Order: sequence, then C-alpha cells, then structure tokens
Amino acid sequence: MHKLRSLLAVCLLGISCAQAAIDPELLKPLADDDSDRRIAAIAALVEAAPEEAQPVLKAMAGDSLALAGERVVVLGEGGRVFDAASNRELTPPPDGVETIGINNRVRRELAAALAALRLFSAEREVRWQAAQEVNQNADAKMLPLLERALAAERDEAIRARLQLARAQASLGSGDAEVRLDAVRTLGESSDPRVRQLLLPLTQKQGDSWLEPDSAVRAAAGTSIRSIEQRLAWADNLGRAFTGLSLGSILLLAALGLAITYGVMGVINMAHGELLMVGAYSAWAMQSVFRAHLPGALDWYLLAAIPVGFLSAALVGVLMERIVIRHLYGRPLETLLATWGISLFLMQVARTLFGAQNVEVANPSWMAGGVELLPNLLLPWNRIIIVAFSIAVLVAMWAILNLSRLGMFVRAVTQNRPMAGCVGVPTGRVDTLAFGLGAGIAGLGGVALSQIANVGPDMGTGYIVDSFMVVVLGGVGQLAGAVWAALGLGVFTKFLEGWTGAVVAKIVVLVLIIVFIQKRPQGLFALKGRFVES
Amino acid sequence: MRPSPARTPFIVRLGSSFDARSWRLIGLFAAFALIAVPVMHLALPADHPLHLSTWFITLVGKILCYAIVAVAMDLIWGYGGILSLGHGLFFALGGYGFGMYLMRQIGRDGSYQSDLPDFMVFLDWKELPWFWIGSDSFLWAVLLVLVVPALIAFIFGYFAFRSRIKGVYFSIITQALTYAAMLLFFRNETGFGGNNGFTDFKRILGHPITAPETRVVLFALSALALIGTLLLARYLVRSKFGRVLTAIRDAESRVMFIGYNPLWYKLCAWTLSAVLCAIAGALYVPQVGIINPSEMSVGNSIEIAIWVAVGGRGTLIGPVIGAFLVNLAKSWFTVSFPEYWLFFLGTLFIVATLYLPQGVVGLWARLRAGRRRGEGAAAGTTSAAAAKGVGA
Repeated sequence: MHKLRSLLAVCLLGISCAQAAIDPELLKPLADDDSDRRIAAIAALVEAAPEEAQPVLKAMAGDSLALAGERVVVLGEGGRVFDAASNRELTPPPDGVETIGINNRVRRELAAALAALRLFSAEREVRWQAAQEVNQNADAKMLPLLERALAAERDEAIRARLQLARAQASLGSGDAEVRLDAVRTLGESSDPRVRQLLLPLTQKQGDSWLEPDSAVRAAAGTSIRSIEQRLAWADNLGRAFTGLSLGSILLLAALGLAITYGVMGVINMAHGELLMVGAYSAWAMQSVFRAHLPGALDWYLLAAIPVGFLSAALVGVLMERIVIRHLYGRPLETLLATWGISLFLMQVARTLFGAQNVEVANPSWMAGGVELLPNLLLPWNRIIIVAFSIAVLVAMWAILNLSRLGMFVRAVTQNRPMAGCVGVPTGRVDTLAFGLGAGIAGLGGVALSQIANVGPDMGTGYIVDSFMVVVLGGVGQLAGAVWAALGLGVFTKFLEGWTGAVVAKIVVLVLIIVFIQKRPQGLFALKGRFVES
Repeated sequence: MRPSPARTPFIVRLGSSFDARSWRLIGLFAAFALIAVPVMHLALPADHPLHLSTWFITLVGKILCYAIVAVAMDLIWGYGGILSLGHGLFFALGGYGFGMYLMRQIGRDGSYQSDLPDFMVFLDWKELPWFWIGSDSFLWAVLLVLVVPALIAFIFGYFAFRSRIKGVYFSIITQALTYAAMLLFFRNETGFGGNNGFTDFKRILGHPITAPETRVVLFALSALALIGTLLLARYLVRSKFGRVLTAIRDAESRVMFIGYNPLWYKLCAWTLSAVLCAIAGALYVPQVGIINPSEMSVGNSIEIAIWVAVGGRGTLIGPVIGAFLVNLAKSWFTVSFPEYWLFFLGTLFIVATLYLPQGVVGLWARLRAGRRRGEGAAAGTTSAAAAKGVGA
C-alpha cells in the first residue's frame, strides 16, 4: 500500500514535471516590497512546485530575477531574458527590466529553501547530501516538504535519513502520539546530535517536565540509552581504527629501524631524517607533476613511492659508506655520529627547502572516507596507509626471507666471520642492508607526507617513538616490531580517550621504561644463549 | 671496624690527586674567577679596555655551568661506560627546583600583582599546588635541587642497573625518560609554567638578580662549583671506587665474577652525576634568567655528550675544555652564521667520533708524544690519564 502510494506520488510528480510551468500568480509576490510576504511566497512556491521552483529561486539568490512590467523574468547570459513561469525565452527582450533586490533575511530563507529542494533532485548523490543536511537542521516548518520527499524517495538509505529528519521535525508536534512515534523512530539513530535532541525531553525545568506526556518521556529515555549504546560501540570501533592507523604509521617509521638496529645492531639516530627525505621526495614529485604533468597530478604519489625509496636508500648507502662502516662494534659512537648526520641532514633540508613546512596535498582519490556509522568515518588516507604498511611489511619479509640478499643479511647477522669465510661479501651486504632499511624509512616518509606536516624538523618527532617500538618488540626480528607497533598504537589511542593525548604519550613512555626493566630483551626475545660482549 | 693503619689522611689523598702543575692551574683559575673577574667587571669603568661586559660574564658563567655538567657526564660515561642521554633532565630539574624559589621571590612584582606566580594566575589557580609548599625558602629550594634529581636518578638507576640494562639500550631508555619529562613539563596543568617555564626573575635572597654584584657572585659560585666538581671527580676516580667503576666499564662480567656487585658502583656514580648536573642547573637559571622544558629536549642531552667527546672522555679536564670550545663556537656561529651552526655541530659529532677517539686532550697528548719521539726523547712519559684508551 505504502509502496503504491509513493509510486503514485512519483507519477504525479512526473506529470507536473512534464508540464513545467508555474502559476504566474505564485511568482508575483516574490517581487513584493515586504520581506515577510516574499518569504511566504518562497515557501508557497516550494510547496506548490518543488521541481520547477529551483531555477527561479536560484536566479533570485544570484540576483538575476527581475520584473518586466507585470511579468517575473529570469535574466540569462548575453542579455537574454526568460519567462520565469514557463522558462521560455522572450524575444525580443522586453523593455524596462528591473532586478529584484533581496536582503539578507530573504537570502537566508532562499538558501534553506534551495537546500530543501535538492531533496527532489534527479541525482541520487545530490539527494543523499541534501538528506544529510536536512538531518542536521530539521524543524517543524519542513515537515510537509519532508513528507513529500519521503513519498517520492525510493532509495532505502536516503529514506532512512529522511524518516529520521521527519521524526526530528515532528518532535515539536502538539500531538503526543506523533511525538511518541517520533521518539521511537529516533531511538534507531546512532547520531550524537539526535541524542542531544532527545535529552531535553527527559529533563525538568523548574518543577515541570519539559515533556508533559509520561509515555513519551519513558520512550525518550529508552531511545537515549539505545543511542548511547550504539555511540559507545562506534566510539570504540573508531578508537580501534585510529589506533590501528597510528600503529601502522609507527610500524612504517620503525620497520627500517628494525633492519638497521634490530638486525644490524646499528643505532641510527638519523632515521627520522630518512623519513624526512622520503616525505620531501613526495613533495618534490608533487611539484614536478604540477609543473609538467598537471593532468596526472593525482598520481604523483605513485611516482613518489619509488623516488622516496631510492633517494632515502641513496642517503643511507652514503651514510654507511662514509661514516657508519668505520664505527661497527662501537654502538655509542655510532649513536653520536648518526645524531650528527641527522643535524646535518636537517640543516640541508632547511637550506634547500626553507625552514617552513611545505605543503603536500592528498590526491583526490584519498580524500573523503568510508562512513560506517554516523559518528564513525574512516578516512581513505588512513585506510590506504594501513594497507600500504602491510604491503611494505610483506615486501620486507619477502626480501629478508626469500631473496639471496636477505639470506646474506641473516647470515652476516648470525655469524659475521663464518659468513665471510664462505664467501659472503660482508661489507657489501652491510651497505645494501643499511640502504634497504633507509629506503623503507623513505617509504614511511612518503606515507607520512599524506597525514603529517612535512618540514625539516619532522623527523625528530618520530625518533623516540620508533626506537620504543623496536626496543619493546625485541631486537633482532620483525614480528616483535609489528606487534609492538600495533599494540602501542591501539593502546595509546584508547588511553587518549581517558587522559588526553599528551598524558597518554607520557604514560606510554613510562610504561615502556618500566616494562623494559622487567624484560630487557623485549616482548619477543631471540631464543638461544648469547655470550655478552 | 678498626681503621686500617696504612690509611692516608683524606686531605693528603685529595692533595695528591693532582700534580703540582695542575694545582697551580686550578689556583690560577680560581684567582681569575674570584678576584680578577669581579674587579674587572665592577671596578673598571665600562670604556676601559680591560673591562668585562655583562655579556661576557653571563656567557662564561653559563658555560661554567655546562662544564660542570660535562664533568658529571664524564664521570658516568668516561669512567662508567654508561652513555646517558638523559642528563638534560637532571640539569633542568635542578633549574626548575631553584626556579621555583626565584618565582616566589618575585612576590607581588609580577604583572598580575598576585602572591601566586603569574602563570598560575593565568590558569586561574587560587592557591599554590602542594609541591610548591615551602618553595619561598632558600634552604628548601637547595634541598629540592639536591634531593629530587637524586631520588629520580636513584630509582631509575636502581631498576635499570638491576636488570642489567646497559650500552645503547640504557641510552635509549634515558632518552625516552627525558622526552616523557619534557612532554610532562610542557603541559600547563603540570604546574611549572608550561611552554614558557619560569622567567622574569626579580630577586635572589632579597638582592636584585640583574645587579652586577649579584652576577659576579653567581659567576664566582659557578667557578667554585666547577672546581669542587673537578676535585671530587678526580678524587673519586683515583679512589678504589673509581678503579672498580673503570673495571666495570671495561669488563663487567669479569668484575662480577671476582665478587663485586656492579649495581652499587654504577648507581652511586649515576646518582652523583645527576646531582652534579642539578647543581649546575640551579646555578644556570639565575644567570640566564629563564628555564623552560626545551632544556629537556632530546637534542640538548646529546649535545652534552659531544662536549665530553670533543674534550676527551675519561680525562675530566677534557670535558671542561670541550664544553668551552663547543659553546663558544655555538655563540659565535649563532650570531655570525646562524644557518651554518647545525652543519658545524653535525660535522663535529662525526669528526669527533671518527677521528678524535680521545678528544682534543688525546690529540694534544698524541702531538706532544710525536714531537718528543721526533726529538729522540723517550716517548713513555706522556700524561697517562690522557693517553689511556677508553672502550665503550
């Protein structure tokens, strides 16, 4: 029955579209001198002919609605004039055309009316957007319009939205039955705003309840509780996701370190600056694409991935060749020397690109997100970074475990002299392994450029965190780093909900310090017996 | 416990910790700091060629504090083999401890004319938090400066050394500690002035803090503190304690097998080093006039290590030289070529670790040894302390 009615309404609407004409009597008051009457006219127009009113109202908002004698006309481009009622061009253009000026109050009403009219657009996307907007400010005045939109709407998702909006609008109704119905419908929402809307119904003002009907009050209480439950769920899900995303960033920052420190035993304090090299390569590729391939600007990030990897790897190889190879076996000296390198690289970036942060834009395909629930939006850039870090992890695992280089690296790690004896070029393996670690840091930098500021100092923020990940996970293998990064990310985000970001960070650092006292070898220690040096 | 009959009196042992030439140098330095500087700053008119400017007094006074930190660092790194990247924390804690007293000395002269420090008025706090109680007393401030860093160092060190965390691991953990503390102090709600820290000091023990006399006294105190630190450190490293500490640095397991417990030796040196840093911090704050959380930044603590590395680890006098060289270079660079300072510092880190394993003191000893060999003299008489290799 319901379906039939809406079908009928659609047919009716279709017929009115075909006629495509507005009663000129409806248009006339738009030119009235009195604002009140003009606003009433706008409402009447929307009421009478939602589909045809749109161009007229748009023209009015754009100051191109005019009065030619008794006739309301729309001024087109190049001096053409159209009749507002029939939308037919008037040739020759009439004389004495007088633009209808509007004040701010009318302009506001116009905007609201136009937004409401978008509910009737032919495009689903536009209707969906409009339904979202209506949800945010539905009031009793819109009720008739909503009813009509609801009758015409066939898309289930949009219908659900509109029903919510209708319930919101009818909360102010004088009929307790209608209110009760509305409150029950709203209980199915999971929008925090709806909760705000229902809250007054359960509150007292002075001695009297704001909501006189007790049944409605009780229903409001139930609805609020069920909304809150869903909200809490969504909150926790959201936190788990942001935690996962933070974890994947930590992982990207720490994976390179897991090779250089975890596997090779080299403390690389310049690791953060290798991230910076990667991030600046993303920026450089963006500039190159902007200058030479503006059409493919959206794909600069794909080009930045190999460039970021190679440039960071090159810096890493140079570092290893010039400085670090002379310091193997002297970890404290390595630490100081690489800190020096990090200062050096930072200043190089400052000299080349300026001390200010540079702007790296998200490509359009990373904008927006997946809305799982009204208060749970998963941004695409975060999702892509999680996926990217998984890809990097898999690639790294493959290189270390399946390739010849990886086998050499593992051999050199386990027993350097023996590996040398059987013909592994240990020196070259060191350089390549260090370059690999640096290159992965570069990849991390490319990813970071999409969500963090890119500037000369960006690396310093990550160095403590990434060392914490490696130390917590246990030196010498990747699995530890992965679990430590994800665990730290999720734990930090859940803690943040309770304590705020800074305190959460402090607590996490202190907990790691305490944990290391208890288990100096980290979460996952390499099995076996070692003689300490 | 009967005192051993062969025990030399303390004063004799202290006296024998330096040779005559070094004592003369120390005396010369003391005379310069305690007599020459006050006279040249206070008595000579400003246009006299020998007049020392306020700028000079402040700069050198500041570097004297840094030198104390460097000696403290040398004690733990050069002799204990423990590279701390958290000494900036203890330095800043000393500074904050004394800064609390200085803040209370402002009294009602702050911009809000309140009994509370300005930043608390700004946060709309009505009374002092509990940890500020007693901060208007000078003695309490001194106690805070000494006890708080010692306590933190002791607790942290006890657990770290007991779990036998060492080497790079220890360095990274201390770095995380400082970093966490910096984040904590950056918060306004922590009650230490947040971002801005403490500044705008007016008085110290009732004397105006910017008066030339006060400055000279603070300068002299810093110089005395440095001399005291040097004597104490020298005495310690030549004592049995110092020898065990050095042995732990070189072969910890072996020392354990002989029957020593390295924990207490390391812990003592570590806590003492932290307290020395705190004293330096407390002397630093009134001279510089500001203390804020950036003193605890990761970079600051690593910079301390480079003063020691440039001067020469395990030499005690080397770190003093290193602190002066690096910081004079810093104040020259940051004024003349600010954009090249980080290049210089970065290069210094690399060069010092690659080519100057014993710092400038070691370089000097090597050069002298080379010249003597060139002259055909016996090459065995070089300063033993300077030429001693330091493994880490």
